[in-house]
Amino acid sequence: MLEVNGLSKSYGKLVAVSGVSFRADRGETIGLLGPNGAGKTTTVSIIAGLVSPDSGQVLIEGKQVQSDTDPAKLKIGLVPQDMALYDQLTARDNLTFFAALYSLAGEQAKHAIDDALHLVALSDRAGDKVGTFSGGMKRRLNLAAALLHDPQILLLDEPTVGVDPQSRNAIFDNLETLKKRGKTLIYTTHYMEEAERLCDRIVIIDHGKVIANDTLQGLHQLLPVTNVLAVELDLNAANGFKPEAMLALAEVKSAELAQGTLRVGVHDLSRGAPVVLSWLAENGHSYHHVSSEQPDLETVFLTLTGRSLRDSK
Amino acid sequence: MIPFLALVRKDLTLFFNDRKAVVVGLLVPIALASFFGYLFGGQRGNAETSKVAVLVIDQDASAISRGLITQLAGDKNLDVKPSELDAAREAVRKGKATAAIVIPKDFGRDAGRALFTGTSKPELGLLYDPSHNVELGMVKGILSGAVMQTVSKEMFTGTSGREVVDESLAQVDRSQLPAEDRKALRDLLGGVRELNERRDREGASGQTEISGGLTMPYETREEAITSGENVAYNGYAHSFGGMGVQFILFMGLDVGIGLLMLRQTGLWQRLRAAPLSRTMLLGSRTVSASLVAGFILLVLFSFARVVFGVRILGSFTGFVGVCAAFSLMTAAFGLMVAALGETVEATRGYSVMATLILVMLGGAWVPTFVFPKWMQRLTVVIPTRWAMDGLDGMTWRGLGFSSALAPIGVLLLFTLLFGVVAVMKFRWRTEG
Repeated sequence: MLEVNGLSKSYGKLVAVSGVSFRADRGETIGLLGPNGAGKTTTVSIIAGLVSPDSGQVLIEGKQVQSDTDPAKLKIGLVPQDMALYDQLTARDNLTFFAALYSLAGEQAKHAIDDALHLVALSDRAGDKVGTFSGGMKRRLNLAAALLHDPQILLLDEPTVGVDPQSRNAIFDNLETLKKRGKTLIYTTHYMEEAERLCDRIVIIDHGKVIANDTLQGLHQLLPVTNVLAVELDLNAANGFKPEAMLALAEVKSAELAQGTLRVGVHDLSRGAPVVLSWLAENGHSYHHVSSEQPDLETVFLTLTGRSLRDSK
Repeated sequence: MIPFLALVRKDLTLFFNDRKAVVVGLLVPIALASFFGYLFGGQRGNAETSKVAVLVIDQDASAISRGLITQLAGDKNLDVKPSELDAAREAVRKGKATAAIVIPKDFGRDAGRALFTGTSKPELGLLYDPSHNVELGMVKGILSGAVMQTVSKEMFTGTSGREVVDESLAQVDRSQLPAEDRKALRDLLGGVRELNERRDREGASGQTEISGGLTMPYETREEAITSGENVAYNGYAHSFGGMGVQFILFMGLDVGIGLLMLRQTGLWQRLRAAPLSRTMLLGSRTVSASLVAGFILLVLFSFARVVFGVRILGSFTGFVGVCAAFSLMTAAFGLMVAALGETVEATRGYSVMATLILVMLGGAWVPTFVFPKWMQRLTVVIPTRWAMDGLDGMTWRGLGFSSALAPIGVLLLFTLLFGVVAVMKFRWRTEG
């Protein structure tokens, strides 16, 4: 559906993206994950035809977009990071205008607008001026405006920036609906939980380069541990406990104690958990709660770059 | 066509949605045009203009000085008031009077003698405000005429004139002039004396032609050449055209600045992501800006028609053509501003300056004929000059369509020039 091959773009000495490649199939959701300034927006802008790459190409169903009016652009819907709406117009007037940009008029436009408003649950506010909307409602309408011409590929550039958790969930629900309809979603974010919840594949970008491109499971395989056993020790047991002693066990890859909770990294939970719990019992360390955790993308990013995702510059 | 119409409609909707801005945007040019129109002749073309304030200090208190003051006070262009020397000097210094005329002691006697003998001419003092040079020239002209008329009248018919004639005859007799010259002067003065004696015999009924004194040997017949006979010049026609041109240029500027700002928003990304050609994006903006410009001109001239009686006395088609060409030129000017501008703030600064220069040199504030000759020649490269000439020609000058062709053609050429620069220099890609 969408192929991105070796995209590079520089602004003077600043390299925005360098050799970025990935592909997205029909119905697939690709997350472009990276800190601010990593090159996500530049990549999306090149795909949407807003920025010319210095090198590389974007293929939509095997064809490169040749001009401003190339019909291939009809296959793409862009949800810009900045709100792209006219506050002075009503929601319906905004959508009527954006529909007309794709030559939709009359009944055809009305159906498209009604569907889009219904999807983002704004049908009852269609006649209100956008200036009166909350940030979350504007974000949803911003999404609706990209759906009117029924594009196969949706480019979503941080569509949940600055919205409350409730609106974020509403947008996620909208995107999951679109995913079920078979749309291809390219979703940029620096929120790991968003990428984890929504994306089939995650492309991690840092300093303009792709440093990982895999499914969530595949990314986890890159980590030294794939599971963490969290054991809340009794107060007596925690006192004087030396977690590094556990590293002698073959199944244990890491062990650390913080605030009475022992976190033990293992590759295989089914084999590692009994060994760890037996060792604790044999050594007289009592505990009152055991749970397992999977490392998140933050850990993946930290492992791959040596830096925290949120703090990266 | 659907996207193009939608783009135009959206621009117009956004413009008219901001009703306060629309109202203010129309009221301000109407108010300014009304003011300038009144200053430049108003509706009748010969509206009463303000008189030149002149103070007179009469240190002579003679029949001639009193007659001179009466003569000056009777001029429709002067507002004459008596004063004292110090007070008059202070009033002129403060700008409360344009000039002060000082009639010195013995002015009447000396002026009378000088009229016949040409010697010992008395001096009239003239204190003036140097910022009113034009009015000074007018005051001097009126003063010359008044002095000639008053002095000659007194010399030929007044009491002091008889004394002067007698004294002059005695002087002539005592003089060393050649005999022939002496005889000629004696004949002249003797003739005046005889005239006075006859007037005395005939009494008041014996007024002669010369009893009014020497006057200007001609009168002028004034005729304003406008679109036709009995059609008065209407100063509002020019001022409404001028203010229309100015505010439409500012509207074009807003279009350009708006486009610069749009480029920094998600809306621009959405527009660029749609399958729209550059021609459509810029063309729709040109058409919508032109329609707004046309609307502004329509409202301004409608107001001028209803309130001030401004009429399109020339070709209506030519008027519409000039308006349309100027509207297009303005829209292209706005797009060029957007294309050449770097940041919004910097662009606003230099483009406001450029607009004001265009307005000023185009004759929108004051007609170009008051400019120096070299500047009048220079302004033919200013598009607003052509717009103003075209609007003047089609309104109060009452010219035909053929006279609109040159302004329309030049304005369209400027449209083309600005449009080409805009398309070539416009940065289409998002840079970051």
